[in-house]
Amino acid sequence: MSRLLATNVGPATSVQDAGRFGAQRYGLTPSGAMDRLALATANTLAGNPPFAAAIELGPFSATFTASDGPIRIAMAGASRSIRIDDRVLPLNQSVTLASGERLVLGAAREGVFSYLAVEGGIIGEAAFGSLSVNARAGLGSPVPRPLQNGDHLDVRAATERSEHALPPLPPSPDPIRVVLGPQDDEFGDAVKTFLDGTWTISATSDRMGYRLEGPVVRHRHGHNIVSDGTVDGSIQVPGNGQPIVLMPDRGTTGGYPKIATVIGADLGRFAQMPPGRPFRFQAVSVADARRAAIAFAALLRDLPARMVDVAHFEFNVAALQNANVAGSAVNAVDAGTWQSESQQDQQP
Amino acid sequence: MAAEFLPPRILPSGDAAITVEFSRHIDDDANRRVLALDRLLAAEPIAGITETVPTYRSLLVHYDPLQIDFDILAPQLIALAARPITDANTSRHWRIPVAYGGEHGIDLDDVAKTLDLTSDALIARHTAPVYRVAMIGFTPGWSYLSGLDPALELSRRQEPRLRTPPGTISIGGVQTGIQCIAGPSGWHLLGRTPVRTYQLQRDPVFLLEPGDTLNFYAIDANTFAEMDRAAEHGDVVAELAAS
Repeated sequence: MSRLLATNVGPATSVQDAGRFGAQRYGLTPSGAMDRLALATANTLAGNPPFAAAIELGPFSATFTASDGPIRIAMAGASRSIRIDDRVLPLNQSVTLASGERLVLGAAREGVFSYLAVEGGIIGEAAFGSLSVNARAGLGSPVPRPLQNGDHLDVRAATERSEHALPPLPPSPDPIRVVLGPQDDEFGDAVKTFLDGTWTISATSDRMGYRLEGPVVRHRHGHNIVSDGTVDGSIQVPGNGQPIVLMPDRGTTGGYPKIATVIGADLGRFAQMPPGRPFRFQAVSVADARRAAIAFAALLRDLPARMVDVAHFEFNVAALQNANVAGSAVNAVDAGTWQSESQQDQQP
Repeated sequence: MAAEFLPPRILPSGDAAITVEFSRHIDDDANRRVLALDRLLAAEPIAGITETVPTYRSLLVHYDPLQIDFDILAPQLIALAARPITDANTSRHWRIPVAYGGEHGIDLDDVAKTLDLTSDALIARHTAPVYRVAMIGFTPGWSYLSGLDPALELSRRQEPRLRTPPGTISIGGVQTGIQCIAGPSGWHLLGRTPVRTYQLQRDPVFLLEPGDTLNFYAIDANTFAEMDRAAEHGDVVAELAAS
């Protein structure tokens, strides 16, 4: 058995998988990875099923150390520098850490969340079929809270095999697609305000919800409705008219009207939107959203087929590095705000 | 029972959920229809539905869009909702102990004053009704009850508290509820129960089901402390009686 030590990690670092479903009727938050495609990419490279538990990292730099044996890892998601001691590595490629080697991750330069998958998955005890951390409910394994410096995870020793890479998909500049409803009729003309508006994500966002900043979306009949169920991507509008997009650590029910819902295929892309970057929403029909869901499922299914053996593939590390440096925009995330455990607007 | 119902509104909730809305208000008949549809879907499962979340006035139906199309599922839900309501024949009744007032219910005396009642009269009015678990939501085990005495209706606090204790029994609007784990709340805190509606190490993990009925009874602080210790070790503490 090898061990992966969290030598130096930021506040938004936690074990996540596909999430915990089936008990939302009891108020149990699903949790799970913010960007499922990135989770599946990292896992596929590490030789795991797509939604095996991995370490989700927020936008901060982090350092891990391998001990007691070799560990195969793969990183996907937000663009950031990856070094193993003095070796520089690209994203989207598996690599084996020798015992004692340090994995040094820079802060996110593009995107917000990265996934560190470990060959064999993370060893832990599932609750409701998931290892995902939900600190409020005391759930998550091997520890029911975000990782802290000094934590270590037991992992399987790396097997003998060659390393793999997955050519990254180009980032999409398209608007974030939504299906209007369930309470778009509470807004009347403000639906147009919402769809025509240019939005940014506030830095006071977290795994429960992303707060949006933009034009004021006014309710026709006030902002209190009788609580009803929420989904990942529900866009609720509290009294100040600034929408909040509910993310995987959401409450299962909520008492603000929901103007629209981000479609499943776009939720990971939305989760990776850095605070401060302008974007727009686009309304699509339920039928179009279903087609997108089918296409997204195909994308996930085809990941293993797209994977290439690094030994037979000229991965241009230098070119990738240059691209990364060229894209090193200022990170707009304020380190102080990604640690909030609860949001004041989230109450029964 | 009404001879005919208005059909529920079918509200898309993204590409993987449908809200079946029976009312926009807190409405006992609507909640009974929600729970009846929920039971029907449990008894006659539709392939592709992954889970359901009953609330006061609507049933949220999560589904897998790869398995079933909205245009096929929606009419099936409408047809099921048109069936005559049968109340659960397996519903359970719980007696839930509550330590009212003092450190356990810091708002009790103020609420009593606001409602022009003595604190004892407030407790008497809160323990009198048979409540129904209308929905469980927000955080694990947070049980919203219907059946509050209308004389205890009170708007929520202006400033929500960011942290209220586990087991809190509170009122807000026309609702009362049992909060299981510590968390934010804008409701008025009347007391605490040692009963854990959610406890991971216990079987069952979740004690209450939507549709269960319950009543509260007052206990003193010493009894609370005793029961709380027992509950911490996995004792249910609440009494179950067939209703």
